[in-house]
Amino acid sequence: MTPPRRQRRYPAQEPPPPAKPERQGEAKNPERLYVVAGADEDGARAALDLVTLIVARADPPPSATPEQTAVLRLCAAPLSVAELSAYLNLPFSAMTVLITELLTAELVQARAPIVRQAVPDRSLLEAVMHGLQRL
Amino acid sequence: MDFNGSDTLPGPRTEDHLPHTAQAAVKIVIVGGFGVGKTTMVGSVSEIRPLTTEETMTQAGIGVDDNYGSESKTATTVAMDFGRISITDQLVLYLFGTPGQERFWFLWNGLFEGALGAVVLVDTRRLEVSFDVMGRLEERGVPFVVAINSFPDAPRYPVSELRKALDLSEEIPMIECDVRRRASSRDVLMTLMRSLPSLALARSRA
Repeated sequence: MTPPRRQRRYPAQEPPPPAKPERQGEAKNPERLYVVAGADEDGARAALDLVTLIVARADPPPSATPEQTAVLRLCAAPLSVAELSAYLNLPFSAMTVLITELLTAELVQARAPIVRQAVPDRSLLEAVMHGLQRL
Repeated sequence: MDFNGSDTLPGPRTEDHLPHTAQAAVKIVIVGGFGVGKTTMVGSVSEIRPLTTEETMTQAGIGVDDNYGSESKTATTVAMDFGRISITDQLVLYLFGTPGQERFWFLWNGLFEGALGAVVLVDTRRLEVSFDVMGRLEERGVPFVVAINSFPDAPRYPVSELRKALDLSEEIPMIECDVRRRASSRDVLMTLMRSLPSLALARSRA
C-alpha cells in the first residue's frame, strides 16, 4: 500500500496572506488584515501572549470589579494568561482586556515570555531538555 | 458566571502554584487533525490537569471567514487545550494543542510566532490531514518535527516511505510515538529541542 503524497513548501518572504484576501482595495496588502485582526485593534491593548505570566502587585482595592478581584486572587502566585482564561472561563481576548486594565492600574505585573529567535539560545534549549528529562 | 463567591473561585490547586521566582515562560505547539491525540499528548506530560482556553470568532473573523457583510454573524467557538511543565524555578514550559486549520491560529496572539517549535502529530490512517499544516509551518518558518502516533489499527509504512510521502527535508526528524505514554511524549519533545539548532541552520541557508 502506498501512502498519499505531499509537496513541501518554503518560507514566504512576506507573511502569508489570509485564506480569502479578495476584498476590494486591500487585496494588494493582505498581510495588514492579518496584523489588524490578530493584534491590538484598538491600539490600547497590551501585547499579551498566551504565556505571559501575570502576578498581582496588590490586594484588590475596594473599587475593583468582581472580575478584577478574581484575577488578583488567582495571580497571588504567577499564572499565565492562558491559565487565567481557562480558570475564569473567559475568552482569551476578553482576558487580555481585563489584564490590560489591571496593568494600567498597576495592580498586576506582566512577565513577558521568551520567544523563538532566529538563532536558538542553546543554554535555553539545554535548560528545557534538563527539565523534560526529569519528567 | 459568578465571580463573587470567592470561596468557590476556580483556580489551581495549591500544589499547582508556580513559585514566585517564575520569571518567564516558553511554549511549544502540538498541531494535528481532529482526534490525532493532541490533547492526550498534552495530558501525558503536563504537571497540571490539562486546561482549555477558548476564543470566539466573531468580529475578528471578518476578512478571514467569508461572512463579511452578512447580517447574522455566526460566532464560532474555538477551543485549545494546554498543559504545563515547570523547567526550573525561573522557567516554565507550556504545551498547546491546536486545531490544524490555520484560520484559527490568529485568534491567539503569537501562538506560532513566539513558539520555540511545533510538533506535527500524524495518524497514518489519515496522513493527508496533516499535509496542509506542514505546508503552513514551512511557509511561516516555524521549526517542527513530525511525530507518528502509532494507533494499533493504523497502516504501518516504512519510515523511508513516510518521509518520501510527506516530502520532509532531511533535517526534519520523524519519530514514532505512543502519546498515551509520558516517556514517549517526552521523547518527542526532546527530539524537537535537540533539532532546533539544525532546523534553524537549515532555514538560514534556504
